Amino acid sequence: MTLPRITEHAGEWLRGAGPNSEIVISSRVRLARNLAGFPFVNRASLRQRQEVRDRCHERIMDSRVRLGALWVDLAESTDLDRMLLVERHLISRQHAQAGPDLPRAVAIGEDETFAIMVNEEDHLRIQVLRSGMQMAEAFEQINRLDDLVEEKLDFAYTRRFGYLTACPTNVGTGIRVSVMLHLPALKLTGEIDKVKRAARDMHLAVRGLFGEGSDALGDLYQVSNQTTLGRGESEILNDFQSTVVPQIISYEQQARQALARQRSAQLDDKIWRAWAVLSNARVIGTEEVMGLLSHLRLGVNLGRIDMVDIRTINELFLLTQPAHLQKLTGREMDPAARREARAELIRRRLGAVR
Amino acid sequence: MDAPVKDKCDKCDKKASFHSVEIVKGQKTEINLCEVHAAQESKVAKAVHTPINELLSSFVKAQSGQPVTEEALCGECGQTFSQFRETSLMGCPSCYAAFEEKLTPMLERIHEGGTHHLGKIPKRSGVAEQKQAALLRMRKQLAEAVAAENFELAARLRDEVRRFEEQTT
Ligand SMILES: [Zn+2]
Ligand SMILES: [Zn+2]
Repeated sequence: MTLPRITEHAGEWLRGAGPNSEIVISSRVRLARNLAGFPFVNRASLRQRQEVRDRCHERIMDSRVRLGALWVDLAESTDLDRMLLVERHLISRQHAQAGPDLPRAVAIGEDETFAIMVNEEDHLRIQVLRSGMQMAEAFEQINRLDDLVEEKLDFAYTRRFGYLTACPTNVGTGIRVSVMLHLPALKLTGEIDKVKRAARDMHLAVRGLFGEGSDALGDLYQVSNQTTLGRGESEILNDFQSTVVPQIISYEQQARQALARQRSAQLDDKIWRAWAVLSNARVIGTEEVMGLLSHLRLGVNLGRIDMVDIRTINELFLLTQPAHLQKLTGREMDPAARREARAELIRRRLGAVR
Repeated sequence: MDAPVKDKCDKCDKKASFHSVEIVKGQKTEINLCEVHAAQESKVAKAVHTPINELLSSFVKAQSGQPVTEEALCGECGQTFSQFRETSLMGCPSCYAAFEEKLTPMLERIHEGGTHHLGKIPKRSGVAEQKQAALLRMRKQLAEAVAAENFELAARLRDEVRRFEEQTT
Protein backbone atom coordinates (compact mmCIF):
# COMPACT_ATOMS: atom_id res chain seq x y z
CA MET A 1 0.00 0.00 0.00
CA THR A 2 1.18 3.52 -0.68
CA LEU A 3 0.16 6.82 0.78
CA PRO A 4 0.60 9.06 -2.26
CA ARG A 5 -1.63 11.93 -1.21
CA ILE A 6 0.08 12.15 2.13
CA THR A 7 3.73 12.64 1.24
CA GLU A 8 3.24 15.30 -1.39
CA HIS A 9 2.62 18.08 1.09
CA ALA A 10 3.00 18.80 4.79
CA GLY A 11 -0.03 18.64 7.06
CA GLU A 12 -2.09 21.70 7.92
CA TRP A 13 -0.45 21.86 11.33
CA LEU A 14 2.96 22.69 9.85
CA ARG A 15 1.79 25.69 7.86
CA GLY A 16 3.59 27.91 10.33
CA ALA A 17 0.50 30.08 10.54
CA GLY A 18 -2.15 30.65 13.14
CA PRO A 19 -2.06 32.76 16.31
CA ASN A 20 1.24 32.80 18.25
CA SER A 21 2.79 30.52 15.66
CA GLU A 22 6.30 31.83 16.44
CA ILE A 23 6.09 29.77 19.64
CA VAL A 24 3.04 27.52 19.33
CA ILE A 25 3.64 25.12 16.46
CA SER A 26 0.37 23.27 16.80
CA SER A 27 -2.66 22.60 18.98
CA ARG A 28 -4.04 19.14 19.51
CA VAL A 29 -7.13 17.68 21.16
CA ARG A 30 -7.65 13.95 21.63
CA LEU A 31 -10.64 11.95 22.86
CA ALA A 32 -10.51 8.36 24.12
CA ARG A 33 -13.64 6.29 23.42
CA ASN A 34 -14.58 2.62 23.70
CA LEU A 35 -17.43 0.59 22.28
CA ALA A 36 -20.09 -0.52 24.75
CA GLY A 37 -20.34 -4.26 25.29
CA PHE A 38 -16.77 -5.16 24.30
CA PRO A 39 -13.75 -5.81 26.52
CA PHE A 40 -11.01 -3.20 26.15
CA VAL A 41 -8.35 -3.88 23.51
CA ASN A 42 -5.81 -5.34 25.96
CA ARG A 43 -8.25 -8.02 27.10
CA ALA A 44 -10.17 -8.64 23.88
CA SER A 45 -9.68 -11.85 21.91
CA LEU A 46 -8.36 -11.72 18.36
CA ARG A 47 -11.88 -12.20 17.01
CA GLN A 48 -13.23 -9.42 19.20
CA ARG A 49 -10.48 -7.09 18.06
CA GLN A 50 -11.32 -7.89 14.45
CA GLU A 51 -14.98 -7.31 15.18
CA VAL A 52 -14.21 -3.92 16.74
CA ARG A 53 -12.03 -2.94 13.79
CA ASP A 54 -14.63 -4.03 11.22
CA ARG A 55 -17.49 -2.38 13.03
CA CYS A 56 -15.57 0.88 13.36
CA HIS A 57 -14.57 0.71 9.70
CA GLU A 58 -18.13 0.15 8.56
CA ARG A 59 -19.75 2.70 10.85
CA ILE A 60 -17.17 5.47 10.60
CA MET A 61 -16.97 5.24 6.83
CA ASP A 62 -20.76 5.19 6.77
CA SER A 63 -20.99 8.48 8.68
CA ARG A 64 -20.31 11.97 7.43
CA VAL A 65 -16.80 11.60 8.86
CA ARG A 66 -15.92 9.59 5.75
CA LEU A 67 -15.99 12.62 3.44
CA GLY A 68 -12.50 12.83 2.04
CA ALA A 69 -11.23 10.46 4.71
CA LEU A 70 -8.70 7.75 4.06
CA TRP A 71 -8.92 4.39 5.85
CA VAL A 72 -5.55 2.74 6.45
CA ASP A 73 -5.34 -0.85 7.69
CA LEU A 74 -2.16 -0.72 9.75
CA ALA A 75 -1.68 -4.46 10.16
CA GLU A 76 -1.33 -4.65 6.37
CA SER A 77 0.81 -1.54 5.96
CA THR A 78 4.57 -1.53 5.51
CA ASP A 79 6.87 -0.47 8.33
CA LEU A 80 7.83 2.56 6.30
CA ASP A 81 4.22 3.72 5.88
CA ARG A 82 3.56 3.25 9.57
CA MET A 83 6.68 5.27 10.43
CA LEU A 84 5.57 7.97 8.03
CA LEU A 85 2.25 8.27 9.86
CA VAL A 86 4.06 8.49 13.20
CA GLU A 87 6.29 11.28 11.90
CA ARG A 88 3.20 13.13 10.71
CA HIS A 89 1.58 12.73 14.16
CA LEU A 90 -1.34 10.81 12.69
CA ILE A 91 -0.75 7.66 14.75
CA SER A 92 1.19 6.99 17.94
CA ARG A 93 4.46 5.08 18.06
CA GLN A 94 2.67 2.42 20.11
CA HIS A 95 0.02 2.05 17.41
CA ALA A 96 2.69 1.71 14.72
CA GLN A 97 4.76 -0.85 16.55
CA ALA A 98 2.01 -3.12 17.95
CA GLY A 99 2.44 -6.77 16.99
CA PRO A 100 1.30 -8.12 13.63
CA ASP A 101 -1.55 -9.98 15.34
CA LEU A 102 -3.28 -6.79 16.44
CA PRO A 103 -5.96 -5.78 13.95
CA ARG A 104 -5.78 -1.99 13.91
CA ALA A 105 -6.37 0.95 11.63
CA VAL A 106 -6.53 4.70 11.30
CA ALA A 107 -9.00 6.96 9.49
CA ILE A 108 -7.31 10.15 8.32
CA GLY A 109 -9.09 13.36 7.35
CA GLU A 110 -8.35 14.82 3.93
CA ASP A 111 -6.37 17.81 5.19
CA GLU A 112 -4.89 15.67 7.98
CA THR A 113 -6.51 17.87 10.61
CA PHE A 114 -8.07 14.78 12.14
CA ALA A 115 -7.23 11.13 12.63
CA ILE A 116 -9.15 8.33 14.32
CA MET A 117 -7.01 5.46 15.58
CA VAL A 118 -8.82 2.14 15.95
CA ASN A 119 -7.62 -0.48 18.48
CA GLU A 120 -4.85 1.53 20.04
CA GLU A 121 -5.00 1.46 23.86
CA ASP A 122 -8.69 2.30 23.51
CA HIS A 123 -11.03 1.17 20.74
CA LEU A 124 -11.07 4.72 19.41
CA ARG A 125 -8.66 7.58 19.79
CA ILE A 126 -9.95 10.64 17.95
CA GLN A 127 -7.55 13.52 17.45
CA VAL A 128 -7.63 16.94 15.84
CA LEU A 129 -4.39 18.73 15.05
CA ARG A 130 -4.23 22.40 13.94
CA SER A 131 -1.42 24.85 13.32
CA GLY A 132 -0.63 27.58 15.85
CA MET A 133 -2.74 28.32 18.88
CA GLN A 134 -6.13 27.08 17.71
CA MET A 135 -7.32 25.21 20.75
CA ALA A 136 -10.93 26.39 20.61
CA GLU A 137 -11.20 25.58 16.89
CA ALA A 138 -9.66 22.16 17.46
CA PHE A 139 -12.07 21.45 20.29
CA GLU A 140 -15.07 22.51 18.24
CA GLN A 141 -13.99 20.26 15.38
CA ILE A 142 -13.39 17.24 17.60
CA ASN A 143 -16.67 17.69 19.40
CA ARG A 144 -18.48 17.58 16.06
CA LEU A 145 -16.52 14.51 14.99
CA ASP A 146 -17.33 12.81 18.28
CA ASP A 147 -21.04 13.51 17.75
CA LEU A 148 -20.91 12.11 14.21
CA VAL A 149 -19.18 8.92 15.32
CA GLU A 150 -21.51 8.55 18.28
CA GLU A 151 -24.51 8.56 15.96
CA LYS A 152 -23.18 5.27 14.62
CA LEU A 153 -21.48 3.62 17.58
CA ASP A 154 -22.46 3.11 21.23
CA PHE A 155 -19.75 4.22 23.61
CA ALA A 156 -19.02 2.68 27.00
CA TYR A 157 -20.24 5.35 29.40
CA THR A 158 -21.63 5.57 32.90
CA ARG A 159 -23.02 8.54 34.73
CA ARG A 160 -20.49 8.28 37.53
CA PHE A 161 -17.30 7.65 35.55
CA GLY A 162 -18.19 9.24 32.21
CA TYR A 163 -16.49 7.75 29.15
CA LEU A 164 -14.82 4.52 30.23
CA THR A 165 -11.23 4.03 29.11
CA ALA A 166 -8.72 1.21 29.38
CA CYS A 167 -6.48 3.32 31.59
CA PRO A 168 -8.10 5.16 34.53
CA THR A 169 -5.86 8.16 33.84
CA ASN A 170 -8.12 8.97 30.86
CA VAL A 171 -11.52 8.16 32.33
CA GLY A 172 -14.28 10.78 32.49
CA THR A 173 -14.03 13.22 29.61
CA GLY A 174 -11.33 11.12 27.93
CA ILE A 175 -9.89 14.43 26.75
CA ARG A 176 -6.26 15.34 26.31
CA VAL A 177 -5.48 18.87 25.15
CA SER A 178 -1.94 19.68 24.20
CA VAL A 179 0.24 22.20 22.44
CA MET A 180 3.54 21.71 20.71
CA LEU A 181 5.79 24.58 21.75
CA HIS A 182 9.09 25.80 20.39
CA LEU A 183 11.08 27.02 23.40
CA PRO A 184 14.68 27.60 22.26
CA ALA A 185 15.29 30.73 24.37
CA LEU A 186 14.16 29.10 27.60
CA LYS A 187 16.52 26.27 26.75
CA LEU A 188 19.46 28.62 26.02
CA THR A 189 18.93 30.61 29.22
CA GLY A 190 18.56 27.42 31.25
CA GLU A 191 15.12 28.41 32.54
CA ILE A 192 13.33 25.50 30.90
CA ASP A 193 13.57 23.35 34.04
CA LYS A 194 11.80 26.04 36.05
CA VAL A 195 8.98 26.07 33.50
CA LYS A 196 8.76 22.29 33.58
CA ARG A 197 8.49 22.28 37.36
CA ALA A 198 5.84 25.00 37.35
CA ALA A 199 3.84 23.12 34.73
CA ARG A 200 3.99 19.93 36.76
CA ASP A 201 2.70 21.82 39.79
CA MET A 202 -0.29 22.76 37.64
CA HIS A 203 -0.90 19.06 36.89
CA LEU A 204 0.38 19.29 33.35
CA ALA A 205 2.65 16.87 31.58
CA VAL A 206 5.68 18.29 29.76
CA ARG A 207 7.66 16.08 27.45
CA GLY A 208 10.08 16.41 24.61
CA LEU A 209 8.36 15.89 21.31
CA PHE A 210 10.86 13.32 20.14
CA GLY A 211 12.53 10.91 22.50
CA GLU A 212 10.79 10.46 25.81
CA GLY A 213 12.66 11.42 28.95
CA SER A 214 15.72 12.53 27.01
CA ASP A 215 16.47 16.10 25.99
CA ALA A 216 13.83 17.61 23.76
CA LEU A 217 15.18 17.51 20.22
CA GLY A 218 14.70 20.76 18.34
CA ASP A 219 13.61 22.42 21.62
CA LEU A 220 10.11 21.19 20.84
CA TYR A 221 7.98 20.43 23.87
CA GLN A 222 4.53 19.01 24.27
CA VAL A 223 2.48 20.32 27.18
CA SER A 224 -0.79 18.57 28.02
CA ASN A 225 -3.45 18.27 30.71
CA GLN A 226 -3.52 15.24 33.00
CA THR A 227 -6.87 15.55 34.75
CA THR A 228 -9.86 14.08 32.95
CA LEU A 229 -12.28 13.24 35.78
CA GLY A 230 -14.27 15.71 37.87
CA ARG A 231 -13.84 18.63 35.48
CA GLY A 232 -15.78 19.51 32.34
CA GLU A 233 -14.20 19.78 28.89
CA SER A 234 -14.67 23.54 28.68
CA GLU A 235 -13.12 24.07 32.12
CA ILE A 236 -10.10 21.98 31.13
CA LEU A 237 -9.84 23.80 27.82
CA ASN A 238 -10.23 27.31 29.28
CA ASP A 239 -7.60 26.79 31.95
CA PHE A 240 -5.26 25.52 29.34
CA GLN A 241 -5.70 28.11 26.63
CA SER A 242 -6.24 31.21 28.73
CA THR A 243 -3.92 30.58 31.66
CA VAL A 244 -1.29 27.94 31.15
CA VAL A 245 -0.22 28.40 27.55
CA PRO A 246 -0.16 32.23 27.53
CA GLN A 247 2.05 32.08 30.61
CA ILE A 248 4.60 29.81 28.97
CA ILE A 249 4.48 31.92 25.81
CA SER A 250 5.25 35.06 27.79
CA TYR A 251 8.20 33.35 29.58
CA GLU A 252 9.64 32.36 26.22
CA GLN A 253 9.14 35.88 24.83
CA GLN A 254 10.90 37.40 27.84
CA ALA A 255 13.77 34.97 27.46
CA ARG A 256 14.07 35.84 23.75
CA GLN A 257 14.17 39.56 24.50
CA ALA A 258 16.72 39.05 27.26
CA LEU A 259 18.96 37.08 24.89
CA ALA A 260 18.68 39.73 22.19
CA ARG A 261 19.50 42.49 24.66
CA GLN A 262 22.19 40.94 26.79
CA ARG A 263 23.83 38.27 24.65
CA SER A 264 23.20 39.39 21.11
CA ALA A 265 26.60 38.33 19.75
CA GLN A 266 26.25 34.81 21.16
CA LEU A 267 22.68 34.64 19.88
CA ASP A 268 23.66 35.71 16.35
CA ASP A 269 26.57 33.30 16.45
CA LYS A 270 24.18 30.38 17.13
CA ILE A 271 21.80 31.48 14.39
CA TRP A 272 24.43 32.04 11.70
CA ARG A 273 26.35 28.89 12.56
CA ALA A 274 23.09 26.98 12.16
CA TRP A 275 22.61 28.55 8.74
CA ALA A 276 26.21 27.86 7.76
CA VAL A 277 26.10 24.19 8.65
CA LEU A 278 22.63 23.49 7.25
CA SER A 279 23.36 25.14 3.93
CA ASN A 280 26.76 23.47 3.52
CA ALA A 281 26.74 20.08 5.22
CA ARG A 282 27.16 16.99 3.03
CA VAL A 283 26.43 14.36 5.71
CA ILE A 284 24.14 15.05 8.68
CA GLY A 285 22.07 13.17 11.31
CA THR A 286 18.53 13.91 12.56
CA GLU A 287 19.55 15.07 16.02
CA GLU A 288 21.99 17.65 14.76
CA VAL A 289 19.50 18.88 12.17
CA MET A 290 16.80 19.38 14.80
CA GLY A 291 19.10 21.44 17.01
CA LEU A 292 20.24 23.63 14.12
CA LEU A 293 16.73 24.10 12.73
CA SER A 294 15.66 25.22 16.18
CA HIS A 295 18.27 28.00 16.26
CA LEU A 296 17.51 29.01 12.70
CA ARG A 297 13.80 29.20 13.51
CA LEU A 298 14.56 31.40 16.50
CA GLY A 299 16.65 33.67 14.29
CA VAL A 300 13.90 34.08 11.70
CA ASN A 301 11.27 34.76 14.36
CA LEU A 302 13.50 37.43 15.94
CA GLY A 303 14.15 39.00 12.54
CA ARG A 304 17.91 38.38 12.80
CA ILE A 305 18.14 36.35 9.59
CA ASP A 306 15.97 36.47 6.47
CA MET A 307 17.52 33.83 4.24
CA VAL A 308 14.59 31.44 4.78
CA ASP A 309 10.94 31.51 5.86
CA ILE A 310 9.24 29.78 8.78
CA ARG A 311 7.19 27.44 6.65
CA THR A 312 10.32 25.99 5.04
CA ILE A 313 11.91 25.44 8.46
CA ASN A 314 8.75 23.82 9.83
CA GLU A 315 8.60 21.50 6.85
CA LEU A 316 12.25 20.55 7.24
CA PHE A 317 11.57 19.41 10.82
CA LEU A 318 9.25 16.85 9.24
CA LEU A 319 10.84 16.03 5.88
CA THR A 320 14.27 15.24 7.36
CA GLN A 321 12.80 12.43 9.50
CA PRO A 322 13.83 8.94 8.32
CA ALA A 323 10.54 7.74 6.82
CA HIS A 324 9.83 11.01 5.00
CA LEU A 325 13.34 11.13 3.62
CA GLN A 326 12.97 7.63 2.19
CA LYS A 327 9.52 8.37 0.77
CA LEU A 328 10.73 11.57 -0.87
CA THR A 329 13.75 9.96 -2.48
CA GLY A 330 11.67 6.95 -3.41
CA ARG A 331 13.99 4.31 -2.03
CA GLU A 332 14.82 2.55 1.23
CA MET A 333 18.15 3.66 2.68
CA ASP A 334 20.40 2.65 5.54
CA PRO A 335 21.27 5.33 8.13
CA ALA A 336 24.53 6.29 6.36
CA ALA A 337 22.79 6.84 3.03
CA ARG A 338 20.05 8.78 4.82
CA ARG A 339 22.57 11.19 6.33
CA GLU A 340 23.78 12.06 2.85
CA ALA A 341 20.28 12.37 1.39
CA ARG A 342 19.23 14.48 4.37
CA ALA A 343 22.08 16.97 3.85
CA GLU A 344 21.21 17.28 0.17
CA LEU A 345 17.50 17.75 0.80
CA ILE A 346 18.24 20.55 3.27
CA ARG A 347 20.63 22.33 0.91
CA ARG A 348 18.07 22.06 -1.87
CA ARG A 349 15.26 23.45 0.27
CA LEU A 350 17.44 26.27 1.59
CA GLY A 351 18.33 27.24 -1.96
CA ALA A 352 21.99 26.31 -1.62
CA VAL A 353 21.67 23.75 -4.44
CA ARG A 354 19.97 24.61 -7.69
CA MET B 1 -29.29 -15.10 29.60
CA ASP B 2 -27.70 -14.80 33.03
CA ALA B 3 -29.01 -12.77 35.94
CA PRO B 4 -28.02 -9.08 35.82
CA VAL B 5 -24.78 -7.95 37.47
CA LYS B 6 -24.98 -8.46 41.21
CA ASP B 7 -24.53 -5.22 43.00
CA LYS B 8 -26.44 -6.26 46.09
CA CYS B 9 -25.07 -8.10 49.10
CA ASP B 10 -25.78 -11.86 49.23
CA LYS B 11 -26.90 -11.51 52.83
CA CYS B 12 -28.84 -8.28 52.90
CA ASP B 13 -30.16 -5.50 50.64
CA LYS B 14 -27.22 -3.17 50.97
CA LYS B 15 -24.89 -2.38 48.11
CA ALA B 16 -22.24 -5.04 47.73
CA SER B 17 -18.76 -3.54 47.80
CA PHE B 18 -16.93 -6.81 48.01
CA HIS B 19 -16.81 -9.20 45.06
CA SER B 20 -14.81 -12.36 44.78
CA VAL B 21 -14.88 -15.80 43.30
CA GLU B 22 -13.98 -18.74 45.47
CA ILE B 23 -13.11 -22.10 44.08
CA VAL B 24 -14.05 -24.92 46.38
CA LYS B 25 -13.44 -28.48 45.16
CA GLY B 26 -13.39 -27.22 41.58
CA GLN B 27 -16.71 -25.38 41.97
CA LYS B 28 -16.70 -21.68 41.20
CA THR B 29 -18.81 -19.56 43.52
CA GLU B 30 -19.35 -15.86 43.11
CA ILE B 31 -19.52 -13.91 46.33
CA ASN B 32 -21.00 -10.41 46.65
CA LEU B 33 -21.07 -8.78 50.04
CA CYS B 34 -21.59 -5.42 51.66
CA GLU B 35 -18.76 -4.04 53.79
CA VAL B 36 -20.24 -5.33 57.03
CA HIS B 37 -20.96 -8.85 55.80
CA ALA B 38 -17.63 -9.06 54.03
CA ALA B 39 -15.85 -8.33 57.29
CA GLN B 40 -17.80 -11.09 59.07
CA GLU B 41 -17.90 -13.57 56.24
CA SER B 42 -14.23 -13.68 55.37
CA LYS B 43 -13.37 -15.06 58.84
CA VAL B 44 -16.09 -17.68 58.73
CA ALA B 45 -15.31 -18.75 55.20
CA LYS B 46 -11.64 -19.12 55.97
CA ALA B 47 -12.25 -21.29 59.00
CA VAL B 48 -14.54 -23.64 57.11
CA HIS B 49 -12.98 -24.23 53.70
CA THR B 50 -9.82 -22.57 52.54
CA PRO B 51 -8.12 -23.99 49.48
CA ILE B 52 -4.51 -24.93 50.07
CA ASN B 53 -2.99 -22.30 47.78
CA GLU B 54 -4.97 -19.59 49.52
CA LEU B 55 -3.75 -20.90 52.86
CA LEU B 56 -0.22 -20.65 51.59
CA SER B 57 -0.62 -17.11 50.34
CA SER B 58 -2.36 -16.13 53.57
CA PHE B 59 0.58 -17.58 55.40
CA VAL B 60 3.06 -15.61 53.33
CA LYS B 61 1.06 -12.43 53.77
CA ALA B 62 0.75 -13.01 57.52
CA GLN B 63 4.50 -13.52 57.72
CA SER B 64 5.20 -10.34 55.81
CA GLY B 65 2.79 -8.40 57.97
CA GLN B 66 0.40 -7.53 55.14
CA PRO B 67 -3.33 -7.69 55.72
CA VAL B 68 -5.07 -10.75 54.30
CA THR B 69 -7.68 -9.63 51.78
CA GLU B 70 -9.79 -11.39 49.19
CA GLU B 71 -8.93 -10.66 45.61
CA ALA B 72 -11.40 -8.35 43.89
CA LEU B 73 -12.49 -9.68 40.51
CA CYS B 74 -14.48 -8.36 37.57
CA GLY B 75 -17.28 -10.82 36.90
CA GLU B 76 -17.59 -9.79 33.26
CA CYS B 77 -14.03 -10.13 31.98
CA GLY B 78 -12.36 -12.07 34.79
CA GLN B 79 -9.66 -9.50 35.46
CA THR B 80 -8.44 -9.28 39.05
CA PHE B 81 -7.42 -6.11 40.81
CA SER B 82 -3.80 -7.25 41.05
CA GLN B 83 -3.73 -7.80 37.29
CA PHE B 84 -4.90 -4.22 36.98
CA ARG B 85 -2.11 -3.11 39.30
CA GLU B 86 0.43 -4.82 37.07
CA THR B 87 -0.76 -3.42 33.75
CA SER B 88 -2.63 -0.34 35.03
CA LEU B 89 -5.23 -1.18 32.41
CA MET B 90 -8.83 -2.13 33.04
CA GLY B 91 -10.07 -5.26 31.28
CA CYS B 92 -13.52 -4.06 30.31
CA PRO B 93 -16.05 -1.31 31.06
CA SER B 94 -17.51 -3.34 33.95
CA CYS B 95 -14.14 -3.37 35.74
CA TYR B 96 -14.91 0.19 36.88
CA ALA B 97 -17.92 -0.95 38.89
CA ALA B 98 -16.18 -4.10 40.10
CA PHE B 99 -13.17 -2.20 41.43
CA GLU B 100 -15.01 0.98 42.37
CA GLU B 101 -14.03 0.86 46.03
CA LYS B 102 -10.33 0.38 45.49
CA LEU B 103 -10.27 2.65 42.51
CA THR B 104 -11.79 5.72 44.13
CA PRO B 105 -8.77 6.81 46.22
CA MET B 106 -6.57 6.12 43.21
CA LEU B 107 -8.74 8.29 40.96
CA GLU B 108 -8.63 11.07 43.54
CA ARG B 109 -4.85 11.07 43.40
CA ILE B 110 -4.71 10.96 39.60
CA HIS B 111 -7.39 13.56 38.93
CA GLU B 112 -6.77 16.32 41.50
CA GLY B 113 -9.51 14.99 43.76
CA GLY B 114 -11.98 14.25 40.95
CA THR B 115 -14.06 11.13 41.50
CA HIS B 116 -17.20 11.79 39.43
CA HIS B 117 -17.67 12.68 35.80
CA LEU B 118 -18.59 16.31 35.15
CA GLY B 119 -18.32 16.54 31.39
CA LYS B 120 -19.99 15.64 28.16
CA ILE B 121 -22.98 13.34 28.13
CA PRO B 122 -23.51 11.37 24.91
CA LYS B 123 -26.44 12.89 22.98
CA ARG B 124 -27.94 9.53 22.43
CA SER B 125 -27.89 8.07 25.92
CA GLY B 126 -26.56 4.91 24.32
CA VAL B 127 -26.92 1.44 25.77
CA ALA B 128 -28.12 1.54 29.38
CA GLU B 129 -25.49 0.61 31.92
CA GLN B 130 -26.94 -2.78 32.87
CA LYS B 131 -27.40 -3.76 29.27
CA GLN B 132 -23.77 -2.88 28.59
CA ALA B 133 -22.78 -5.41 31.24
CA ALA B 134 -25.16 -8.04 29.88
CA LEU B 135 -23.68 -7.55 26.42
CA LEU B 136 -20.18 -8.00 27.78
CA ARG B 137 -21.20 -11.21 29.50
CA MET B 138 -22.79 -12.60 26.33
CA ARG B 139 -19.66 -11.77 24.36
CA LYS B 140 -17.54 -13.52 26.96
CA GLN B 141 -19.64 -16.68 26.66
CA LEU B 142 -19.38 -16.40 22.91
CA ALA B 143 -15.58 -16.14 23.04
CA GLU B 144 -15.47 -19.14 25.35
CA ALA B 145 -17.69 -21.16 23.03
CA VAL B 146 -15.43 -20.29 20.10
CA ALA B 147 -12.33 -21.24 22.08
CA ALA B 148 -13.93 -24.58 22.99
CA GLU B 149 -14.87 -25.07 19.33
CA ASN B 150 -18.49 -25.41 20.33
CA PHE B 151 -19.69 -23.84 17.10
CA GLU B 152 -23.34 -24.64 17.52
CA LEU B 153 -23.45 -22.75 20.78
CA ALA B 154 -21.30 -20.00 19.31
CA ALA B 155 -23.71 -19.50 16.42
CA ARG B 156 -26.65 -19.35 18.80
CA LEU B 157 -24.86 -16.85 21.05
CA ARG B 158 -23.88 -14.72 18.07
CA ASP B 159 -27.54 -14.50 17.03
CA GLU B 160 -28.45 -13.64 20.59
CA VAL B 161 -25.90 -10.82 20.70
CA ARG B 162 -27.16 -9.46 17.40
CA ARG B 163 -30.77 -9.54 18.49
CA PHE B 164 -29.91 -7.95 21.82
CA GLU B 165 -28.01 -5.15 20.11
CA GLU B 166 -30.84 -4.49 17.67
CA GLN B 167 -33.29 -4.23 20.56
CA THR B 168 -31.21 -1.67 22.35
CA THR B 169 -30.33 0.61 19.46
ZN1 LIG C 1 -24.88 -7.38 53.69
ZN1 LIG D 1 -13.87 -6.32 33.51
